[in-house]
Amino acid sequence: MNDPSSLFTSQLSGGAPEVAVTRHMLVRGLIAAPLLILIAGFIWGADGAVSSAFGCALVMVNFALAAALISTTARISLALMMGAVLFGYLIRLGIIFAAVVLVRDMSWISLPALGCTIIVTHLGLLFWELRHVSASLAYPGLKPSSGGEANTSS
Amino acid sequence: MEALAKIVVKAAEAAADPAAAKNEAAAASAGFAYGLAAIGPGIGIGYIVGKAVEAMARQPEAAGMVRTTMFLGIAFTEALALIGFVVFILLKFA
Repeated sequence: MNDPSSLFTSQLSGGAPEVAVTRHMLVRGLIAAPLLILIAGFIWGADGAVSSAFGCALVMVNFALAAALISTTARISLALMMGAVLFGYLIRLGIIFAAVVLVRDMSWISLPALGCTIIVTHLGLLFWELRHVSASLAYPGLKPSSGGEANTSS
Repeated sequence: MEALAKIVVKAAEAAADPAAAKNEAAAASAGFAYGLAAIGPGIGIGYIVGKAVEAMARQPEAAGMVRTTMFLGIAFTEALALIGFVVFILLKFA
């Protein structure tokens, strides 16, 4: 990248791989969520189960927002994508904080269950997807056809 | 000397009301936990995205692969901030 201005004019067109990755994670999240809710319900009772469901939804919304931000801004310019990711990080943490502050006084909330679910769901879905991505990068012939191959134009 | 006197006063207050002192300490440390936990991921995400943009501009044909790994890298780095956030809500609200 010799010309710094190319950062502002370069844009990525074509498929959005992060949307495909997030779609995989959402589907897997929907598969894993009942199990997590069941475990939380077993440990913390009914409040724990509801809080766990809320935590799963928060994590999935967080992933979906991240993918939407990247895919939308990448079509405009790479510099905008960079800015959107950095500020999007703050915005998404703020959204999670606001969501927790809003529900913290509800009768059904169990904060330990919510916290554990956020961490376990976030990391669990990422490691699950990482296995798929690393396999498809190592063996491109096995890559699903719906994956996003992006083209770049300046 | 003044700081030392303040510590002595705080210690005396804590001895008088341990529950209030515990709550105060939890509130203060919750802020520190969240703030400190957000610094590292902020730097990490900036580094990841900066390098990914550089790679995409240099080798556009690999943009899809770079974006996939960038997205996962961002999400993994963000997990650190989330752990700090969970510590924050447990200290502050639980």
